[in-house]
Amino acid sequence: MTTAAIDREWLRYTPGQRRARFVLYFGLVFAIVVSLRTVQVIPEFLYDAPEQMADLFKRMWPIAWSFYPKGVHDALIETLHIATLGTILAIIMALPLGLLAANNITPNAWLNYFARLMLVSSRSVNSLVWALLFVAIFGPGALAGTMAIAFRSIGFVGKLFGEALEEARPGPIEALKAAGAPWLSIYVKGYWPQVEPAFWAIALFRWDISVRESAVLGLVGAGGIGMAIDTAMNLFQWERVALMLVAIFSVVIVAEVVVTFIRKKII
Amino acid sequence: MTSNTIQARPPAFLPNWPARLAWLALAAYAFYAASILDVTWDRFVLGLEHGVKFIGRMLPPEVEASKMALMLRGLYETLEIAVISSALGIALSLPIGLFAARNLMPAWITWPMRFLIALCRSFHQVIIAILFVKAVGFGALAGILALTVASIGFIAKLFAEAIEEISLKQVEAIRATGAPFMNVISYGVMPQVLSRFIGFATYQFDSNLRNSTMVGIVGAGGIGGTMFAAFQKFDYDYLLTILLAIIAMIMVSEALQNWIKKLYQ
Repeated sequence: MTTAAIDREWLRYTPGQRRARFVLYFGLVFAIVVSLRTVQVIPEFLYDAPEQMADLFKRMWPIAWSFYPKGVHDALIETLHIATLGTILAIIMALPLGLLAANNITPNAWLNYFARLMLVSSRSVNSLVWALLFVAIFGPGALAGTMAIAFRSIGFVGKLFGEALEEARPGPIEALKAAGAPWLSIYVKGYWPQVEPAFWAIALFRWDISVRESAVLGLVGAGGIGMAIDTAMNLFQWERVALMLVAIFSVVIVAEVVVTFIRKKII
Repeated sequence: MTSNTIQARPPAFLPNWPARLAWLALAAYAFYAASILDVTWDRFVLGLEHGVKFIGRMLPPEVEASKMALMLRGLYETLEIAVISSALGIALSLPIGLFAARNLMPAWITWPMRFLIALCRSFHQVIIAILFVKAVGFGALAGILALTVASIGFIAKLFAEAIEEISLKQVEAIRATGAPFMNVISYGVMPQVLSRFIGFATYQFDSNLRNSTMVGIVGAGGIGGTMFAAFQKFDYDYLLTILLAIIAMIMVSEALQNWIKKLYQ
């Protein structure tokens, strides 16, 4: 009887943890099996896919390079403007929300909660949905796209900026307060130098994402190269679609190179 | 003498002229871009009026039974697309990410794999969905394939990076016992990256769920098709119902994600 204490088997997880994991694994397998059994897929379409893919690439070739100056260049530049201006607007709107969301700057739980709610609602709506809403409000065009990019980015920039502010060390702030600095100086010379690297990293990262996203906003009428793609696709001009895809691909690569370069320079 | 040293001290906060010029240039660019894109105050004010009308037409949200049934069917398909594409994407990302890790694999296999990952990452999910709609027709299959490709681009890249950061000592120890390749992977590599992999996987499921509500706009199945149709028919109160349902679904998914993260901490 006395050996009971030594005979006790060592287990890595508590019964509750094991049960929770079992529920999780079971739920995963169940979800996958049910989805596979009920999803409406027409098998003939799948068998046909390689042939259709080959057909698609055949239609895309030769790429209509000559169309670039006429129909793609302006749309591409517009896309870049939408992404950049949208990101700038988002940063301007996200800074006050970030300040409100940071508990060390705004020591009021209700204001923090309010700001976080705004940021979450901005993030939980996809940029294409924002674009739909703004197309309904401002009409089709670049303004709707810019606002869509801006409103989708607020949540992203504000959340990360608020978190960066919360990580700022209180030492320099106390020193400035002790020296009798006015509040603006405390922000500009106390907080800003501490969060500046994070700020630029967030802004550049978001710009990179915005460039990718602004390329598709045109599908719902919000300006940029997406509108050109939509038109070309509806007319089955696949060689033009191919050209636009190549153009988007190059812009995305260039954006990534630019972001990497600036990051190395200033961070 | 002491007063001299005090005078010689430079001001604590020097004006940073390059930075100021850069800010000025950024502001100038913003005005230039706004004028190019025809973003004017008048249009904005006009838009606000439209916005009030728009919100008025959205309220109250549509709750008619047949439309609710249609919406639930769309949401169900969206869930199916998200589940299958995440499962497929994760399953495919494991080998692809492993073969792309430069510390374990020779260069002749990592380079093609890294190129494949970069290709999967370079286009937005909706654009990939367009191509798959052309290839396999309208419906959920196109959405599944598009999001699988997007998942590979994300998970395989992060998985490869996680593997490149592991400690090779444990791998060497397992190799020294004469273990075959698969055992080296399952006992030397996987235990080191599994917890991060679960993090990527749950994040990707969340992301797939968000995007599977969108691929329907180009005809790749799910609630997006219903939503875009409601938008084009100016059926704004139904649009609001669908939006609220999507947001509710995403919030549930985020709660689930937090629960899974806690489970594996």
